Amino acid sequence: MADATLLNQVKDFANRADPYPIYAKLRQNPVSHQDDGSPEGTWVASTHGAIASLLGDPRVSSETLPPADRPKTGNPVKDFLIKPIKDRITNQHRPFIFRDPPDHDSLRAAVMHQFTRERVQGMRARSDRLVEELLDAKRDAHRFDAVDDLAYPLPVTVICELFGVPREDEAQFHSWATQLATALEPDSLADDENRAENSRTFDAIADYMSGLIKDKRRHPKDDMLSGLANEATPEGVKMGDYDLIATSVLMLVAGHETTVNLITNGLLTLLRHPDEFEKLKADPSRAPRVIEELLRYEPPVQFRTRTTLSPIDIAGVTIPKGADLVLLLAAGNRDASVFPDPDTFNPDRVGSRHLGFGGSLHYCVGAPLARFEAESALTALTRRLKNPRLVEDPPPYRSGAALRGPQHLPVAIDGMV
Amino acid sequence: MVGAGLAGLRGAEALRASGYRGQLTLVGDEPHRPYDRPPLSKHVLLGHLPADASRLPSDLTDDVTWRLGVGARALDREARIVHLTDGDSLPYDRLLIATGTRARPWVHEDEAKLANVFTIRTRDDSAALREVLAARPKRVVVIGAGFIGCEVAAVCRELDLKVSLIDPAATTLSRVLGTTVGGMIGEVHRKAGVEMRFGSEVEHLEHKNGRVTGVRLADGKHLKADVVVVALGAVRNIEWLDGSGLSADPGGLDCDEHGFVLDDQSRPDHAITAAGDVARFPHPLYGGRRVALEHWGHAVAQAEYAGRLLAGLEPAAPYAAVPNFWSTQGTMVVKSAGLTDGADAVAIVQGDPAERRFVAVYGRAGRCVAAVAVDSARWLPIYAEKVATAAPFPPTETATDRPLRDLEIQDPGFA
Amino acid sequence: MPSDMTRDAAPLRVSVDLNLCQAYAQCCYAAPRHFRIDGREALFYDPAPSAADRVDIERARLACPVQAIRVEDSQA
Repeated sequence: MADATLLNQVKDFANRADPYPIYAKLRQNPVSHQDDGSPEGTWVASTHGAIASLLGDPRVSSETLPPADRPKTGNPVKDFLIKPIKDRITNQHRPFIFRDPPDHDSLRAAVMHQFTRERVQGMRARSDRLVEELLDAKRDAHRFDAVDDLAYPLPVTVICELFGVPREDEAQFHSWATQLATALEPDSLADDENRAENSRTFDAIADYMSGLIKDKRRHPKDDMLSGLANEATPEGVKMGDYDLIATSVLMLVAGHETTVNLITNGLLTLLRHPDEFEKLKADPSRAPRVIEELLRYEPPVQFRTRTTLSPIDIAGVTIPKGADLVLLLAAGNRDASVFPDPDTFNPDRVGSRHLGFGGSLHYCVGAPLARFEAESALTALTRRLKNPRLVEDPPPYRSGAALRGPQHLPVAIDGMV
Repeated sequence: MVGAGLAGLRGAEALRASGYRGQLTLVGDEPHRPYDRPPLSKHVLLGHLPADASRLPSDLTDDVTWRLGVGARALDREARIVHLTDGDSLPYDRLLIATGTRARPWVHEDEAKLANVFTIRTRDDSAALREVLAARPKRVVVIGAGFIGCEVAAVCRELDLKVSLIDPAATTLSRVLGTTVGGMIGEVHRKAGVEMRFGSEVEHLEHKNGRVTGVRLADGKHLKADVVVVALGAVRNIEWLDGSGLSADPGGLDCDEHGFVLDDQSRPDHAITAAGDVARFPHPLYGGRRVALEHWGHAVAQAEYAGRLLAGLEPAAPYAAVPNFWSTQGTMVVKSAGLTDGADAVAIVQGDPAERRFVAVYGRAGRCVAAVAVDSARWLPIYAEKVATAAPFPPTETATDRPLRDLEIQDPGFA
Repeated sequence: MPSDMTRDAAPLRVSVDLNLCQAYAQCCYAAPRHFRIDGREALFYDPAPSAADRVDIERARLACPVQAIRVEDSQA
C-alpha cells in the first residue's frame, strides 16, 4: 500500500515533529525507490555519501519544475496574446535554484557579484540591532512566541533591506512568500488548487517586482536590487527583466521561509538541552559551533528534489533516466558513518561536513545571512530570556516537510534582561 | 624527522597523535619553522603577503626539539645515527625522511649567480624576487612553462609587467597536462599579455657587471631582460643518503607500499619511513608503478600515514591516496586528480575552454586515469572518484550543460 | 593587510587545504578582512591574521563546507 512507504511517512504531517526515525529506516538503503503515488515513484537518497555524490553529479538536473499549464480561457486572442509573466518565467526564465549550467552559473554569478562581503558585513551589524529592538518590544512579557516575535520578522527585515524592498510592503510579501514556499513541497505539484493559487500569487509578486525594478532603474539606491538592475558582472552578465524578477522573487521567498526555521529550531533545541543553553549563555563565542551543529541536527531545509538526465548507478541500484529524485539532506546529516553518535546534539563535533545548506553548485546563496541572523538571535535569546520554559513540546509545526519548522514556539519567561 | 617542511611537520604531528611520547627532533636546513610554500609563487610576489607570513599552523607542543638551519649530511643505519652538517650527530630509534626537493638551478653555474636571476623554492627566494618585481623591471623572462613558471608569468601580468615565457615544448604545461589541455591554459596566459616563446630553448644568460641583461636562445636570437626566473622544476634532496645502503637516485628514495624505505637489495628498513616529494613508492592506483609526487596534499597525507607507521600502528592498507594538486595562475584555478602519465586520450566533459571554465578527463586504455578542472572545483570530486575506481573512459556522455552531446575524444598531446 | 611588519611570530596561524577548497566563499563572509575570492575560485587568505580577529577566523573555520581551514592559536 502506497501510504506505508517511508517517503509517504516523511511527508505525513503526523510525523513532522520527529521525522528522524523514518530517516534512519531510509538510510538502511543509501538510495531506494519509493512509491509515493506518482506514476513512476520517487528515488530517495538518504546517506551522506549518496547525497553528496548526487549533489555533485553532472547527470543530476535541477530543472524539475514542470512547464506552466495554465488552463485555456477559451478566448483565442487572450490565450495567444496574454502571456502572464508567471508562464514565461516558468518556461524560460526559472530562478537559478531550478536551473542547470551554464545558465545557472551566470545568473548566480550576477547575484554573487552584488552579494558583497561589505554588504553582508553591514547587515550583520544591522541584524544584531534588530534582534535587540524586537526583544525590547517584549521586555515585560511573560510569554514569548519565538516565531512571531523574532524568528520570522528578523530574516524578513534583513532580506527586504538587503534587496531594497520598502518596509511598508513587507506585510504583503509575507503572505506571498508563505504561499510560494509551498512550491518546494513535492505534493503541492499534484494539488491543482494549490498550483492555481501559486500561479496567481506569482503573477502578483512578479507584477510588484516588475514595478520595483523600474523604480530601481530610475532611482538607484545602495541595495542589491538596484545593483542587479543597473550593473553588469565583470564578465558582462546583466540580467534581463524576467530573470531579474525570477531571481529576486527566489531570494526574497528564501529569505522569508528558511532562516525562520533555523532560529526556531535553534531555540527549541537549546531549550531541550539546557546545558547547551547555559554554555552558550556563558560563552557567546560558542554560537558558530552551535549553529553549525543545528544545521546538521535540525536543518531548516530537510530535502531538495532533482531529476536525472541519464541512468545513474549508485550504491548498488540504477536510478533510471528521468527519475524524480529526493535528496534527504536531513537524513544524510544523521549518518553514523560520518557523524559519530549522530542523534546527539553536540556543538563540539570536529570537522563536520553537514549538508544543511546542500552542496556543490546549488549551495545555499543565503548561507552567510542565515548564519549571522541565527547568531544574533540565539546569543541574544540566551542572554536575555529569564527562566525560559517550553509551553508545548513538541510545538505545533508548519505543514511543510521540506521547509520544516514550528508554526509557533511559545515560551514562558519571567521577563527579559 | 629529517626535513622540517610540510611533510616533516605533519609526520611529527601524526606521530604524537598516535600516542608517541618519547623524544622527537625535527631537523631542517632552513633557519625557519615549517612554512607553507604555495603563497610564495603568488601572493608574496604580488606584495599581498610578506614572505614570512606563511609559517604553518601546528598542534605540536613544546616537547619537540628543533634543529633548524642545519642539514643532514649522512645516514648510518647500522649505528642508527644521522650525521648533521654542523658536525653533530643524532641517534634515532625511528626516522622519517622528508628532505623534499630544491629548485633545479640554471644549467650554467656562473650564470645562475648573476644578480636578478632567481629560482623560487624558499621564502627567502620569494622575498628577494618580490623586492625586484616591486621596483618595476622593464622585462621579466621566465624560463620553463610548468606550473611555477605559469604562476610567475601570471603574477607579472597582474603587476602589469612585461613578461616572456620560454619553453622548448609546444605549449604551457605540456609535460604534465599534454599539449591539448596545456594549450588551452596557455591561451589564457597569451590573452592576459604573456609573450609566449615555445619551441625555444635558452642557451645562455647574458650579463653586464654581474647583472643579467637578457637571454640568448638556441636559434641565436636575443631577448632583453632585467629579471630572469628559472622555473625548471625541482631536484630531490637525496645526496646525503649516499653510502646509507638505501635505494635512492634523482627519481626519489624508494619505499615499499607502506612507505618503509628500501635498501639496495629491495629489503624494507622498518625503522625508517619516507614521505613527501622525496619518496618514490608503488601506487596501487597505477598498477604498482613507482611514483614520486611533488604535491602539497600528498606531502600531508603520506606524512600522516608515515607518522602512524613510525608510532607502531599497524598499517590498515597500503598508502593509496589519489594524487591531487592545484595551481592558481592569476585568477584562474587549475586542479587535478590522478596522474596523466601514459594517457592516450582526453575529452572535455564539461564546460568550455573558451569560457576558461572546463573539466578535462584523461583516459588510458579505456579507463579514467586523471581529471583536470579549470575554475570548476565543485565538479572535480565526481571525476576524482572515477579515477580512484578506474571507471571506463570516456566517463559520462551526459552532463547538465552538455545534454546528450557526443564527446570529442582528443589526443592529449604527450611527446 | 599589513605587509611591512614581520609576522613569523604572530600567534594566530591559518592554512587552507586548497585541494579541498571549492570556493564556497563562506570564509570570506565570516572573516572579510582575511579571506577573499579573486576571479571565480582563487582563494586568497592571510596566513597570519591579527589576533584581534580570532572570533572571525573561528567563524570562518567552522563555516567551511569542506572543512579545509586549519587554525593554530598559540594564545588560546
